[in-house]
Amino acid sequence: MTMVTPEANQALNVKDIVKKATELNDFGHLLAHVPYAKFIGMQVARFGDELVFQLPKKDENIGNPTLPAIHGGVIAGFMEMSAIVQLMVFMQTTKVPKIVDFSIDYLRAGHHRDSFAECKITRQGRRVANVNINCWQTNRKALIATARAHFLIE
Amino acid sequence: MKTNPDFFPLTDLATRFVGQLVQCRRLGLSVLEASEQHVLIELPYSSELIGYPDTGVIHGGVITTLMDTACGTAVVCNIFDKYKSLELSPTLDLRVDYMKPAEPNKSVYGFAECYKLSSSVAFTRAIAYQDSIDDPIAHAVGSFMRISPEMVGDAFRQALMGEGK
Repeated sequence: MTMVTPEANQALNVKDIVKKATELNDFGHLLAHVPYAKFIGMQVARFGDELVFQLPKKDENIGNPTLPAIHGGVIAGFMEMSAIVQLMVFMQTTKVPKIVDFSIDYLRAGHHRDSFAECKITRQGRRVANVNINCWQTNRKALIATARAHFLIE
Repeated sequence: MKTNPDFFPLTDLATRFVGQLVQCRRLGLSVLEASEQHVLIELPYSSELIGYPDTGVIHGGVITTLMDTACGTAVVCNIFDKYKSLELSPTLDLRVDYMKPAEPNKSVYGFAECYKLSSSVAFTRAIAYQDSIDDPIAHAVGSFMRISPEMVGDAFRQALMGEGK
């Protein structure tokens, strides 16, 4: 069993991290604070007002090795983390949004290659935000998965 | 934890199936019990899986991976019990509802069942919990596509049956 280190327990100043990432125009700064994002190896790039998330090809993310295909749970985790970063950046949240529900449709096998995701904040209420997430590999029009999720904000 | 193979006769098959999945080995998932009715899988805590750095709570994506794996394993076990054959069932969809955060430094257990097998789709549900199944962290519902047993490669079939090692 791995114990949580005292550093990890220290209150994380999400507001400052989001502000710094915006100033640096480097949202990888946000992901660097989340161990799970490092665990699956995800990255993010900004193009103007758009964020595109990337999950580079990684052997450890494979589920069934005979196909080989990325584990569906990893694709879901990547898409959920993308939605969290999107919310933090575009709503300048002071806390990490908490997941309420996550619903994913798998459209194609996720092959052993780079994957990409983009998010759309569909509705933002006072307490809950709804986000749609699309994930593709070689062609943005050939989605491998699409998901919708609710998050608690503040 | 030692389980009685008379009660949970598919534990070995389920263990070999989960052991084949690279990401599951990386997460340290272990099958505690499996029967034609259910599958129970343990996810140990690790600081690498934290999604909420201020509290040490693990990422929802890890719970989704646990649920997807548990449901998929329940499908393999149910099909094996009914038809004595192996099928690879890709996930069609999965919905996870999060009731409360998982407590840090404790394992999460995933209990799944395949409650209906139709000719082309397998329907599953699962619960993730820590202390008691009556106090769940998350609920999941998922459906899986059934694919003909011929699609299972020889190497994978042998690995699942524990042959040719």
